[in-house]
Amino acid sequence: MEVTRTKVDDLRVRQLKAQQLLRGELEGKDLEQEVEKRLLFTRFEEAQNWARKNALFPLGFGLACCAIEMITVIGSPRNDLSRFGAEVIRFSPRQADLLIISGRVATKMAPIIRRLYDQMLEPKWVISMGACASSAGMFNNYAIVAGCDKFLPVDVYVPGCPPRPEALIYSIMKLQDKIMGHPDMGWRERYRAQGTEEIA
Amino acid sequence: MPDATGLELIAQRVRDSVAAEAVTGTAFYREEATLEVAPAAVHDALAYLRDAEDEPWPLLMSLHGCDYLPEEPRLAVHYQLLSMERVDRLNVKTRLGVEDPRLPSVVDLYPTANFQEREVYDMFGVVFEGHPDLRRILMPEDYEGFPQRRDFPMGGEPVMFTFNEDEYPRWYD
Amino acid sequence: MTDPLQVPYRERERSVTMEPLGEERLHDELFTINIGPHHPATHGVLRLLTTLEGEIVRDVKPIIGYVHTGIEKSCEDQQYWKAITFVERMDYLSYYYNAQAFCMAVERLLEEEVPPRAEYLRVLHLELNRVASHLFWIATAALDIGAITMLWWGCRDRDLVLDLFEMSSGQRIHTRYFQVGGVMEDIPPGFEAKTREFVKVMHKRLDQYLSLLDRNEIWLQRTKGTGIVPVERLLELGVTGPLLRAAGHPWDLRKAAPYSAYDQFDFKVPVGTVGDNYDRFRVRIEEMRESLGIVEQALDGLPEGPWITRNRKVALPPRHELATSMEALIHHFKLVTEGFRVPPGETYAAVESPRGELGCFVLADGSSKPARVHMRDPSFVNLQSLPDMAKDALIADFIACVAMLDPILGGVDR
Repeated sequence: MEVTRTKVDDLRVRQLKAQQLLRGELEGKDLEQEVEKRLLFTRFEEAQNWARKNALFPLGFGLACCAIEMITVIGSPRNDLSRFGAEVIRFSPRQADLLIISGRVATKMAPIIRRLYDQMLEPKWVISMGACASSAGMFNNYAIVAGCDKFLPVDVYVPGCPPRPEALIYSIMKLQDKIMGHPDMGWRERYRAQGTEEIA
Repeated sequence: MPDATGLELIAQRVRDSVAAEAVTGTAFYREEATLEVAPAAVHDALAYLRDAEDEPWPLLMSLHGCDYLPEEPRLAVHYQLLSMERVDRLNVKTRLGVEDPRLPSVVDLYPTANFQEREVYDMFGVVFEGHPDLRRILMPEDYEGFPQRRDFPMGGEPVMFTFNEDEYPRWYD
Repeated sequence: MTDPLQVPYRERERSVTMEPLGEERLHDELFTINIGPHHPATHGVLRLLTTLEGEIVRDVKPIIGYVHTGIEKSCEDQQYWKAITFVERMDYLSYYYNAQAFCMAVERLLEEEVPPRAEYLRVLHLELNRVASHLFWIATAALDIGAITMLWWGCRDRDLVLDLFEMSSGQRIHTRYFQVGGVMEDIPPGFEAKTREFVKVMHKRLDQYLSLLDRNEIWLQRTKGTGIVPVERLLELGVTGPLLRAAGHPWDLRKAAPYSAYDQFDFKVPVGTVGDNYDRFRVRIEEMRESLGIVEQALDGLPEGPWITRNRKVALPPRHELATSMEALIHHFKLVTEGFRVPPGETYAAVESPRGELGCFVLADGSSKPARVHMRDPSFVNLQSLPDMAKDALIADFIACVAMLDPILGGVDR
């Protein structure tokens, strides 16, 4: 007579062990093994940063053409920001923690943006999206503030005119790295140029 | 588009009804008719063109200013008139000097001129007498200077190359 | 005076009418509030200084200038073909229209002929851009009024159009596709098939949008009968585009004064009756349908030939000629370093953008840089009709009016 043994699924084994753990049926070495498999050691800061980075609340703030791409990132099913947990747009600065300067900053608008930034609560981050927000872009004239870093501390700059939605998502991922505490140094890593950062 | 002869006839009619020195010239370039009027007669000429003319021009599509810098008189205000019935456009132009440029406002004839005259004031400094609310519209209210004049500097930041980066103060200075 | 609590309840109830209590008891205090530059419903940075009496808007003053970029002044410093990129960023949802108006004006000054294939390609891209612009409008307008699903749907379909733009020119937005004398390059193989597929899908999607919104009681109540301005007042204010057509006046530059190749296409112009927000909404949806028809006709009738003028003094010669022909090299050099020169003169060219008449005034002084570029932006002029629309309307209707007005602040502020 043929005895066929079907291999028990790993998932099923895990399920049974978990059941026993919860019921308190494991003793001694078995118990220690199971608990170790499930325990995660971390520091409080890292856990806090992990929670913060996965639940960014962007401020619903768009200035010009880059705002269209930003709305595409938030609103379009193809480039979708809720994969990263950031789909909740809060229009009140008191409830938001990410300010995406999307568009050219006119001299009339700069104090207003600064006020919005001041109204946001700590911790807060700023992404300068597009060429016009990072530097003057192509409009090097009397009406534009040459880069929002003249009045705001910026965490991530996104080049492009306008940047593709994928570029904005990449910048949010870089921001998430920065929030976790491992900011991506870019060329400074590759060329061993640590120490040349300009902190504004 | 009224052709060249039609334009001359219009000019003649405006001269007859408003004043002999109202029309200072006509131009017909690239199928477009331009009627040049004296600054003081703008309001009357446009009123005539809108109401009393046999082929009236009831709509003002665009009011914009221009700075012909090397030529005098420097500033100009263009009124782009449209007649939907005849699908016709006429450009009416006035030239002003840059010291004390004043023009009568046409807001009572064409309410669409409200924002557009404010923009010409903001950008070129042309004061429209009779405008209900002549303030700056695009620049901040307390800005000094008229940006779109040709002698106003472009502004902006100088482009920094390595040969001149020491000349400009950086943020840490 | 009887004690109101002693009066039986039924009598008290009967004494409550909805009449105002007499003029001295009304809110006689007018409350001026700033629907500020940062607001979810202002479509860009528009500041509305509203004077309210209770919930009713008595007066509104739009304050603009928060995105003023000095595009017109910057253009005076650039060569003509570089100015195309500046001018494109003005009305940032309908970028091809800005480029078309500017190129038309410069071509008129140069007396340059645009080859027929380029005209058809231009019309194709213009109408696709109209569809994209109206899709974005319906996405954000519905979001303002509360139908949030339209945001996802509008953005989803707009991505399909932007894919087509990426195929033809490499960029989704602010493609530098229109050049003076034609278009930058020919459409790649596969573009036609993808466009036809898009047109088929889009017709079904438009039916879906109408089935979502058009029979929704909330949508109908919020848009029907609100924001009505009589046609004469709209004409006085210089309003053109879907706003004027919704009020019943059938003025469309594509039909009245055809430019580019529009006289060879067969399409209808949707016109409303009453001029309220519902008519504006329906006019734009039908315009999208007509644009899809034009796109199909453009693909069917696309003629063969060059896609940019052969005049080497205006358009760059093709790269392969640079290796063999000395004149081509010299032309290329002159065009890239100095640019073509335009004889002195001035002209005004108008196109029908999704928001109204977009005009471009170019003053040329004989050099390679324009001496003055002025864009007559439709949103700038349409914004003047907002106080008329909002007079004595509730705040909610006022927000619906702003949504249906479709202002694009990049064009308003330039």
